[in-house]
Amino acid sequence: MRMPRLTAFLAATAVFVSAFTLAAQAAEEVHVLNWKGYGADEPWAVANFEKATGFKVVNDFFNSEQEMLTKIRTNPGLYDVVMINAAFNDQAMAGKLIQPIDVSKLSNYADIAKDKAGSPMLNHDGKVYGVPWVWGLTALAINDKSFDKPPTSIAEMWNPAHKGRVIIRDDAVEAVQFGAIASGQNINDIKDMEAVKTKLTSLMPQIKTFWSSENDWNQMVASNQIDIGTYWSGSADRAKTHFKLPVSLVIPQEGAVAWLDAFSIPVGSKNVAGAEAFINYMIDPKFYVEWVTKVGAPVSANTKAVEALPEDAFNRKVMGSPEVAKRIQFQAPVSDEQREKYLALWQELKVNVK
Amino acid sequence: MADQLATGSRRGLRPALPLLLPAYLWLTVAIFLPLSAMVFFSFMTDLPLAGKEWAFTLGNYAAFFSQSLYSTLLFASLRLGLEVTLWCVVIGYPAAYVLAKVLKGRSREAIFLLVILPFWSNGLVRIFSWAMVLREGGILDTALNAVLPFKINIDLMYSYPAVIIGLVHSYVPYMVLTCYLTLQAIDDSLIEAGRSLGASRRQVLRRVIIPLSMPGLIAGSALIFVPVVGSFMEPRILGGRTGTFYGTVIEDQFVAVFNWPLGAALSFILLAVVLIILALAAPVLRRAG
Repeated sequence: MRMPRLTAFLAATAVFVSAFTLAAQAAEEVHVLNWKGYGADEPWAVANFEKATGFKVVNDFFNSEQEMLTKIRTNPGLYDVVMINAAFNDQAMAGKLIQPIDVSKLSNYADIAKDKAGSPMLNHDGKVYGVPWVWGLTALAINDKSFDKPPTSIAEMWNPAHKGRVIIRDDAVEAVQFGAIASGQNINDIKDMEAVKTKLTSLMPQIKTFWSSENDWNQMVASNQIDIGTYWSGSADRAKTHFKLPVSLVIPQEGAVAWLDAFSIPVGSKNVAGAEAFINYMIDPKFYVEWVTKVGAPVSANTKAVEALPEDAFNRKVMGSPEVAKRIQFQAPVSDEQREKYLALWQELKVNVK
Repeated sequence: MADQLATGSRRGLRPALPLLLPAYLWLTVAIFLPLSAMVFFSFMTDLPLAGKEWAFTLGNYAAFFSQSLYSTLLFASLRLGLEVTLWCVVIGYPAAYVLAKVLKGRSREAIFLLVILPFWSNGLVRIFSWAMVLREGGILDTALNAVLPFKINIDLMYSYPAVIIGLVHSYVPYMVLTCYLTLQAIDDSLIEAGRSLGASRRQVLRRVIIPLSMPGLIAGSALIFVPVVGSFMEPRILGGRTGTFYGTVIEDQFVAVFNWPLGAALSFILLAVVLIILALAAPVLRRAG
């Protein structure tokens, strides 16, 4: 009498456990590593993706490209999707951190602009190591309250009228490349470092403070403490659309730094199918339009996604114009050696201010 | 007498072990191990993460001496530490005296609460509230302009004074508390004896009160000076373009450029310099005490 009851109990438990395991398998997780507040973690986007595919999204974040590389290096097998700036793709591939992507599984891949999809930074030995997602500019943004009409030249940053009301990001590479544009040089091949240094030295007294996050920038404008500063195009869009701040992006005639963000799949990913589905969703026109409308975003690498925006949308009209395309310079990989040189220059500039 | 004390403490050690064990275990796990790891890192060329080549080097320490940048910043930070400590003494010591010797009962409790209150709020929140007060068009600017008949422009934000104000505010309670404890322990009859023997108020202060409360002043100063020299959050938020200090450069090495070995080496140089300063100051202060 007793034995069968025990057996029944055990059998019931076994059924229960396997049912749970099945359920767990059905809801497989996709671990995503990206900047915080950068599209992939929007609650509505995660909900839509989970509903459509049955995968569960787990977001994790980084605060710098170096931190991102360290995170995938020290947690092999944890992440399925990682967002890597194209300029860092080389480094990640050389370190055997990311694997080739089978783009035939991504239905939206064919719509990606040919120049972005074919970028030598993302393709190695005929294999695709990064799927272009969005691109944008590090340009200038202005406080609309301080200008009757937007400036056209980068020299506005040096205008004595804005003394103590200028802001730039506390980032060595960005500052040096900005100085290169201001001194009329190629950002990826700076020949005259002295000219960059002179330019930046004369900029220092103009500066109010350095920003490190979107929030810093937006607060400075909200409390009307700055007139002009370097800013990212997507962030300027978000400040205007989402936070309703008097911010406008200015692409100076001298040019601006352009960057391309792409998705990769780390080596050892446990859910490649989920990763492919997630990347495909991220480059989908429907997601992009919603992202731009609700939050504000950089420009999609997917031509169909950009075409889905209204005719007069900033990301379509201005960023897509051939006039702008001529002026911008895409950021190439920066070697560790260069990075250290830039950092030394930047630190020296900051210390000499004292 | 000394012998008796010594045997007494020896006898006390064994039963005290279970009481000491949790604290020492915690210190070993939470402080000694990570710190030794950092010492190890500071002698490496790169972090030993998957697949990265590394070797032992003195280069990280050499970097400090080969570039004037770091020593300039270290001096700036030491100066900051001294100034903040000085202001904490100027503000904290009289407050502690009033708390210990003048106020009694309810009013003492109330004032004491006000001194400790900042400890109950998050440091970051305090610094950001200072940002609201100090900036142009902020609370201080608006309030002064509302009262004064002429127009003045107060914009202390993103300047050296702003860093000092923020740090003094964060650390002054340490000075008040340490000085309060020593001042309270001074027997009132000593002060009365000095007064009745003809000493002026100032003489009593200089010859009786300050020497007797010296341990509190020293403890408070050390508690303030050491963290202020390495501070990075306050200078970064309140200092703006003048907010580059030794602490912020160390933070950059860890957070922004991911050069942990250099960051660790810079930290240990700071530790060494602070220890040397405290060691040099100890005999002077002890004599003064």
